[in-house]
Amino acid sequence: MCEPMNDGRPIFVQIAEHIENEILGGSLEELAQVPSTNQFAAFYKINPATAAKGVNVLVNEGILFKKRGIGMFVAEHAREKLIEKRKKTFFQDYVAAMLREAEKLHIEKETLIQMIEDGQK
Amino acid sequence: MTTEIKVDHVSLRLGDQNALSDLSFQLKGDKIYGLLGRNGAGKTSLLSLLASFREPTEGTVLINGERPFENQRVMNNVNFIYAKNQNDESETVKGMLEFAERYRPEWDAEYASKLVKRFKLPMDQKVKALSKGKQSALDVVIGLASRTPVTIFDEAYLGMDAPARSVFYEELIKDYAEHPRCIILSTHLISEVASLLEEVVIIDQGKLLVHEPVDILMAHGLSITGPAETVNRLTSDLRVLKQQQLGRTKSVMIYGQLESLRLSELERSGLELGPIGLQELFIYLTEHEGDGE
Repeated sequence: MCEPMNDGRPIFVQIAEHIENEILGGSLEELAQVPSTNQFAAFYKINPATAAKGVNVLVNEGILFKKRGIGMFVAEHAREKLIEKRKKTFFQDYVAAMLREAEKLHIEKETLIQMIEDGQK
Repeated sequence: MTTEIKVDHVSLRLGDQNALSDLSFQLKGDKIYGLLGRNGAGKTSLLSLLASFREPTEGTVLINGERPFENQRVMNNVNFIYAKNQNDESETVKGMLEFAERYRPEWDAEYASKLVKRFKLPMDQKVKALSKGKQSALDVVIGLASRTPVTIFDEAYLGMDAPARSVFYEELIKDYAEHPRCIILSTHLISEVASLLEEVVIIDQGKLLVHEPVDILMAHGLSITGPAETVNRLTSDLRVLKQQQLGRTKSVMIYGQLESLRLSELERSGLELGPIGLQELFIYLTEHEGDGE
C-alpha cells in the first residue's frame, strides 16, 4: 500500500508515467502482464476509474494491449516507442529548465558542457 | 442495475430557514461521489432526503425512479452512515453486527469480521463503552460490509485517528473495486479523499455550485505566477478566484477552461503555471465576502 500520488498533476497522468517508468527501467518486460486497474487503485488508494484512465492512455499509444477477459499486457517494442517519445520531450523537460537556471546563475556554456562531461564519466 | 439518483428542483425548509433551494442534479452510475460544502451548506439536509429521513418541501428526489420517503423498497437500498451520539447504546459490537446482518441482504459476514479485526474492535464490548473513534469505526464496518447499493458516509470518520481513516479509505477502494456500488462521501477532509472520488458535487448555501467529474473540475483550476504586470495583462479577462502579491510577484488562481493556445501564450510569457488541489479549489469557490482577509 502506498500514499496516493500527489505531485499536483492529474493522477491518471502519474499512473501512466509510473507504468512507463517500470517499462523503461525493465521491471515490466515486453509481453508481461501489467497489474489490473483494481490493483493499481488499491495500491495507490485512488478511484479505479482514474487508474483505468491512466492505463487507457497507454493502450491508445500502443504501449499496452488488452487481452479480453485476461488482462493488460506490455506491447512488443513498447520500450523503443517510449524511448522515442521521451526523447522528444527531453529538451523541453530537462534541458530547457537547466539552461534557464544556468542563465540565472551566469554559468557559461563551456562550464555547462564541462559539467555534463564530468557527470558522464 | 446501476444506481440513478435524480434531484429535481428540490427545496427544503427547516423552520424559517431554507436549507436547500431549487437544487437539481443527477448521479448516474455506481461511482464514488464526493459531496462537499461548507458548514451549514445543506449537505446533511440533502443526504437526509436521499435516506428517506425527510421529504422535500418542493421538488422531487428519485432513486432509481422511486421517491424514497416512507418507501420501504428504496430504504432497503440506501444506507446512511453518519456520526450519531451512541453514548446510550447498550448493545454490544457483536449485537450491532448481527442486527445489520438481519436487515441488509447483501451483508458479507466474513468481510465484516475481517474489518472488525483491522479496526481492532472488541466484539463483546457495549457500544457506549467504546471511544468515539471506535464507535465511528463500527459504523464504517457496518457501512462497508452491508454492501448496500447506495451507501452514504456523512462525516463517518469523526474521532477516527489518521491510521484508522487510512484503513477506511483503503478498504473502501478495494471493496468498491470488487463490488461497485453508489458511494457518497460527505466530508471536510477533502485532501484525504480527493483521489478516491470520481465525481464531485459542491453545494453552497443550499444551492448547487458545481457538479463535475473530479478530473474536469481540477483541469479548470490553474494557478498563474509571475511579474505582477504580466500576470495582470494576460489574465484580465479570466475568472480570478484568488490573488496574492509578494513584492513584484503576483499569483492568481483562475477557474475556467483555457484553450491550449492561451496556455502556451501564458507559458511563453515566462509565467509559471501550476495545478490547484481540490481542497484549495473548494476553498476559493465557496469563499464569500466577509470570510476574512
